Amino acid sequence: MRDTITADANAEQEKARRFREAALPYLDDAFALARYLLRNTADAEDAVQECYLRALRHFDSYHGPAIKPWLLTILRNVCNAEFARRGRQETPADFPHDRPAADEAPLWQEPAASPEAALLRRQDDATIRRLIAALPLAFREAIVLREVNDLSYQEIAAVAGVPVGTVMSRLARARTMLRSAWNAAEDAARSISGTPS
Amino acid sequence: MNCSECETLLHALIDGELDAGHSRDVEMHLATCAGCAEKLTAFRAMRQAMAAAALKDKASPHLRGRIEAMLPLPPARRSPHAPMPGQFAGPSRRSFFGGFAVGTALSAAVAATVVLAVFGGDRERTIADEVVSAHIRSLQPGHLMDVETSDQHTVKPWFDGKVDVAPPVIDLTAEGFTLLGGRLDYIDGEPVASVVYKRRKHVINLFVAQRLGAAHGNVTDRTIQGYNVRHWSAGGLDFWAVSDLDPAELDEFVQKISAALHDGRTP
Repeated sequence: MRDTITADANAEQEKARRFREAALPYLDDAFALARYLLRNTADAEDAVQECYLRALRHFDSYHGPAIKPWLLTILRNVCNAEFARRGRQETPADFPHDRPAADEAPLWQEPAASPEAALLRRQDDATIRRLIAALPLAFREAIVLREVNDLSYQEIAAVAGVPVGTVMSRLARARTMLRSAWNAAEDAARSISGTPS
Repeated sequence: MNCSECETLLHALIDGELDAGHSRDVEMHLATCAGCAEKLTAFRAMRQAMAAAALKDKASPHLRGRIEAMLPLPPARRSPHAPMPGQFAGPSRRSFFGGFAVGTALSAAVAATVVLAVFGGDRERTIADEVVSAHIRSLQPGHLMDVETSDQHTVKPWFDGKVDVAPPVIDLTAEGFTLLGGRLDYIDGEPVASVVYKRRKHVINLFVAQRLGAAHGNVTDRTIQGYNVRHWSAGGLDFWAVSDLDPAELDEFVQKISAALHDGRTP
């Protein structure tokens, strides 16, 4: 009897050890995604902890190949539960100087096709993060999974639970919105600094 | 193809996710449509700017602590394994075991493997750690390359007189590994040549030296701090490949390099 208990405990320890080795390297990935999705550090930390708890619990049923998308899928489910808890209302973002963006806000505007519009000024990192954080959820998720978490389209499709074609169109729209916001931020910065445009 | 289709597909083109047929269609459209071509340029520039920016939040030590507390390491084994002949249980060996988390559940077979890895492998392990440190160092801004070119015939002569070997510089661009350049590094107190490759956003450092670790023909693999490390010997040289690339893709890289060395496909 005691042997059985010891064996079970040992199996649990061995599982925890394997899980540690496999999943801990992606802690930053998980936190970064949670941070962009929930737009709040404390909530993101809670979500990541919940994600790792669930992942450990289901680690027996994980059979490869890539653990990163598997983890991020769990994390996304945790975040969705958090959205439900918030009652479909996004909490105030704590990205610096962030304005909470209403989902599907019409910040999508085709920039005029001119040689000047093709030029892109360098934005500082904080501005780029703020612009990403202001995107509507589905587009924010696609662009973060791609540019921050470095997932392939196939993996993004698996995490977001949508076909690859949807991933492609979401990314296209996310980048178009981002580009408009990017140019708008550029114009705003120029008008504040008083430089003639 | 019309502009509306192209506007979506050009993102897949930028991301390297388009098959050959669609790539050709998109490129044909881009050649005749200034509007779409300009968008491609703008989105490429935006993507590069994003790749260069620090957009990834790091988990705080506090969060890391919380997660690690959920996953306790098994308690250290009280009695060490029976020492192998000629093997001493020094402090470095103890820390190695600590890192490896030897639990009581380890079967005799696994324990034997661990001991074998330690036996004569302490130095190998030290070098592996140094190789990973050198890789991480190289990822700091401005540290990756001393000579930056995708031309193997420029990289190879650059090493002349800097290291005591002529490292093979193999162009694997056609096979999906872009040659970025070369760098002089120091491992184990010796100058070592590093040939730098890239797949997607993942940098691969291939360290080459005359003697760096235990020589063996087989590839040994390990993971240190989340980086995958491969070591093998060929043609009197030691090779260490390090990257955060998927293990399978790093194996593919090693296989391609080995094959090219074997065929004598070096400049």
